[in-house]
Amino acid sequence: MNAARPQPARTDTAPGDVGIEIRDVSHQYGGRGGQGGVTALDHITLHIRANEFHALLGPSGCGKSTLLYLIGGFVPVQSGVIETRRGVVTGPSPDRGIVFQNFALFPWKTVLQNVLYGLEKLGLPKKDREDRARHFIDLVHLSGFENAYPSQLSGGMQQRAAIARTLAVDPEILLMDEPFGALDAQTRRVMQEELRAIFERTRKTVVFVTHDVQEAVFLADRISIMSARPGRIQHILDVDMDRSRGDEITKRPEFVDLGEHIWGLVRDQAIAATRGAH
Amino acid sequence: MGATLNTLWRYTPLLICLAIWEILATAGPVSNQLLPDVASVGKALWSLILDGELLRQAGHSLYRAATGFLLAVVIGTTAGLLMATFRGVRLVVNPIVQMFYPMPKSALIPVMMIWFGLGDMSKIVLIFIGCLLPVVISAYNGARGVNPFLIWSARSLGASRTSTLVQVTLPAAMPEILNGIRTALAFAFILMVSSEFVIAKDGFGYLISQLGDGGAYEAMFAVILVVAAAGFTADRLYGAFVRHQLRWREP
Ligand SMILES: Nc1ncnc2c1ncn2[C@@H]1O[C@H](COP(=O)(O)OP(=O)(O)OP(=O)(O)O)[C@@H](O)[C@H]1O
Ligand SMILES: [Mg+2]
Repeated sequence: MNAARPQPARTDTAPGDVGIEIRDVSHQYGGRGGQGGVTALDHITLHIRANEFHALLGPSGCGKSTLLYLIGGFVPVQSGVIETRRGVVTGPSPDRGIVFQNFALFPWKTVLQNVLYGLEKLGLPKKDREDRARHFIDLVHLSGFENAYPSQLSGGMQQRAAIARTLAVDPEILLMDEPFGALDAQTRRVMQEELRAIFERTRKTVVFVTHDVQEAVFLADRISIMSARPGRIQHILDVDMDRSRGDEITKRPEFVDLGEHIWGLVRDQAIAATRGAH
Repeated sequence: MGATLNTLWRYTPLLICLAIWEILATAGPVSNQLLPDVASVGKALWSLILDGELLRQAGHSLYRAATGFLLAVVIGTTAGLLMATFRGVRLVVNPIVQMFYPMPKSALIPVMMIWFGLGDMSKIVLIFIGCLLPVVISAYNGARGVNPFLIWSARSLGASRTSTLVQVTLPAAMPEILNGIRTALAFAFILMVSSEFVIAKDGFGYLISQLGDGGAYEAMFAVILVVAAAGFTADRLYGAFVRHQLRWREP
């Protein structure tokens, strides 16, 4: 009945392999030597388990994207350490794939060429690359649009192409920054279901940034709730839900309860965030 | 059928210009000496074509323009991308660009003559210098404006820094680079003719000034028209090339 088990952030000694270990990471934008800058992340410690779907939930501006960029290796870690099974993160790598909120497809490449890009870097034979690219395009239901340019696709289709491009190189870790934020409600729901299904099949370590409570509960195995800026991990919650049952998960009482519970935790931070914005 | 009609319409202003020219030259107050009539210019053009003179001079001129222009495109694009990517390059090259940009390149013609003589080299270097800056600046601005998420995507898909520069920054900056190249193309024609006026033994510019000095105004006008038409055609072809290159932008 009690699906939510709030845990203190720092003493999270969970079972299972470590997928991503974030130890005491802080991040500042602007300013020098800690003076006058914006503190985006404040001593974040978080253990993301291997093969779990982990949602990062928090109000706007709390540093969710920043944390994801640090894990991706796009922005250098200023203090603290981020480590995966492959070692300490020092830069981008194809074993940490990312899907950005604004898609970031190469606009001069067709859908097929976009998906092929990472496969060319893997050094696969041409025939295999093509087969694999088409397989992933099919997986996100974009067959028939292989030769379309991103400008010819809807937002939802572009996002699916971006997901195919990232999945095709088969990264161990999948980072997603509010990937469905720009989509309409129906498309969004369909995409969530597809993503969860893909996850069940491929079992990657997923870090999924969102500020939508429902989305987090629907998708994730665990949810971290971040505080308003400067971002800290405030709560970590398990989502113990039997997903094998065929009924509509969102209609179950435990889903609704958990959502309410999390919303209670998030609301205070959201209010703090709007105050901070003034 | 509709397309031909459309083309006809588009060139109507040109035909009107020709008509006004003809009226001014034959009936108007301007003497035939200053403005020869259309028919005699046409005749002069035909004889220049027949004796091969026009083609020979065109070859010289276009060789110089094309060489200087293409060198400027390749080197300018590379320099602009490197400037945008490496702070060190930017610190060295930027002041030079700032200094040279507002300077009229035709002022360099005498220097070019002293350094490189009357042959092709002086013109090629001049055209190269003139075309270089618009290309450098557009490549630099284009590369600086590239959406960082595209670069990050490429890096996380396994691209090295170098291949990201060539495969992502370059095509992402392409719309702006192609704009700069269009400016460079116009500069190439301007500098080609103006340098040949001053320092040359052949080429369009030389031919125009020779014919003018010799009083062969019909032939001179014919060559001017040919140069204008060549510039126009080059710009049109370039426009079509750009549309093809940037077809991904059209929805
Ligand atoms: N390049 C930057 N320069 C300066 N400050 C920045 C920069 N990027 C982010 N910030 C600041 O750091 C804080 C965290 O930003 P971040 O984008 O990580 O938040 P977020 O949680 O992803 O927000 P959202 O939900 O709105 O996307 C914000 O207050 C933002 O203003
Ligand atoms: Mg964000």
